[in-house]
Amino acid sequence: MTNLKMKKEFKVIADLLTNNTRVLDVGCGDGSLMSLLEKEKNIEVRGLELNKKNVQKCIHKGLPVIQGNAETELHQFPDKSFDYVVLSQTLQAFYDPDKVLKELLRIGKSVIISIPNFGYWRVRTKLLFFGKMPVTKTLPNTWYNTPNLHMCTIKDLFNFCDEKNIEIKKVVGVNEDKISFIKRGNLEVKNLFSKLGIFLIG
Amino acid sequence: MNSKIENIKKLDVSKPLKLDCGKTISNFPLAYETYGKLNANKDNAILVFHALTGDQFVAGTNPITNKEGWWVTAVGPGKAIDTNKYFVICANVIGGCMGSLGPRNINPENKQPYGLDFPVITIKDMVRAQESLLEYLGVEKLLCATGGSMGGMQLLQFCATFPDKTFSAIPIACSSSHSAQNIALNELARQAIMADPVWDNGKYFLKNVQPKNGLAVARMVGHISYLSEKGMQEKFGRKLQEKADYEFSFNADFQVESYLRHQGYAFVERFDANSILYITRAMDYFDLSKQFGNGLVEAFQNQKTKFLVISFSSDWLYTTKENKDIVIALNASGADVSYSEITTDKGHDSFLVEEPEFLNTLKGFIDSMHDKFKNEKRI
Repeated sequence: MTNLKMKKEFKVIADLLTNNTRVLDVGCGDGSLMSLLEKEKNIEVRGLELNKKNVQKCIHKGLPVIQGNAETELHQFPDKSFDYVVLSQTLQAFYDPDKVLKELLRIGKSVIISIPNFGYWRVRTKLLFFGKMPVTKTLPNTWYNTPNLHMCTIKDLFNFCDEKNIEIKKVVGVNEDKISFIKRGNLEVKNLFSKLGIFLIG
Repeated sequence: MNSKIENIKKLDVSKPLKLDCGKTISNFPLAYETYGKLNANKDNAILVFHALTGDQFVAGTNPITNKEGWWVTAVGPGKAIDTNKYFVICANVIGGCMGSLGPRNINPENKQPYGLDFPVITIKDMVRAQESLLEYLGVEKLLCATGGSMGGMQLLQFCATFPDKTFSAIPIACSSSHSAQNIALNELARQAIMADPVWDNGKYFLKNVQPKNGLAVARMVGHISYLSEKGMQEKFGRKLQEKADYEFSFNADFQVESYLRHQGYAFVERFDANSILYITRAMDYFDLSKQFGNGLVEAFQNQKTKFLVISFSSDWLYTTKENKDIVIALNASGADVSYSEITTDKGHDSFLVEEPEFLNTLKGFIDSMHDKFKNEKRI
């Protein structure tokens, strides 16, 4: 749902996945990630996408995609029917992210979630120094037209998983071309300097 | 018309076919038509299943009626299913009246047309009757199979019965089992035919007549169900038929009445009343979950076929919900499935008319499947 999909993000996600597995890409957009995974990792991909134009694009590329709403239609996928479920920069746009996350963990043996990090220093300074809702490359919309209803920081999602007893297997922070692994020990710093957080959980 | 029927392509199916009802047919005619050419790699064959009142004449001109083929919007040179590139096959269903074995054929037992002595057939019987055609045409594995409405039902049956006969499949605006509403509408059509005294328990052929009034009403019922409420309102509204005011009579004052009458009476020229009884019955009996005992997921076990299910937002005959249930079952069985709902006011008829979003989806899927199929064959 966020306009800007960093190519770096997809590479990080691809690296987190094992070859020859089954992956469901929730909110798969025009299928860029699915194409990458199919070609480079021989992964059996499936997509779920709300936007009709994107559904058409996937179909034209021969990528299996189901037109549907992740908020209401994840129930159609059986328990543990995928090795991984990927949700790229969409969690914050759901009405009920908690419920969606539960569904993802039910469907996938593991789940990969990426979030635009609201704790990134540029975001923080926009609000601190200008007193305005942050508009950045990763968060391009203004307050009145943003699809993002539940913005959170890497630290928030970290704490959320702990509270819900969801196992955090790996967390990767992305800033421009640099990536770094995030643990409890470096969380404060990485939460300040990562544009994106990519979580492997479940 | 009968002499023309003699000239159409027919395969004499010698292999006996045991029908679901228990009876066996053998040495029966299966009428078909093909468009385009099968290429050397044999990777470009597409099988089309026709709907209730369709026939094998998908594209070009129907040589019997001299009208356009029923799917000219989608099939032909340069169309979504491009016959310059693909080899398109379609057979008339058994029970039909365009050359395949049906109630109008001669019963070898009494040398008279079957009429109601024709065995009750099912969607599965229709599909199994078409198996030898692929063999005859030299097609081992289809690139794609597709069909809308009853054509989609045949396709689902085809995939369930022959899980490895087609690389991809596009069921359009269909259902895995007929709903109460579907059965009720079919019953209305049948009752209209049976209530016509000319029908005479299906023996009208002895007098060389056709229960035109009943059959026309049956067709009118169909036509109402193929349009959406909104589409019908926009097309006809309360417009009057070539008159300034009401006639205060029961003539066709309204355009919608005139439309229904025209559709009804045009239909009797090309279709057989008993065929409608048999084919609608086959549709009503269709229930893929029942057939596989444990539900729809079982029907799609071990599917290698890549599916694209398409539904239309304003179709109230085979709703989005029913089509989505197919998608859910395919998903649950682990099959490769795509799904798209086309937003349109054109109702169930959407797959037969110019609907750019639909035709574009069809083309995109088939072309991309062709690339994948070619690669698979190379390996």
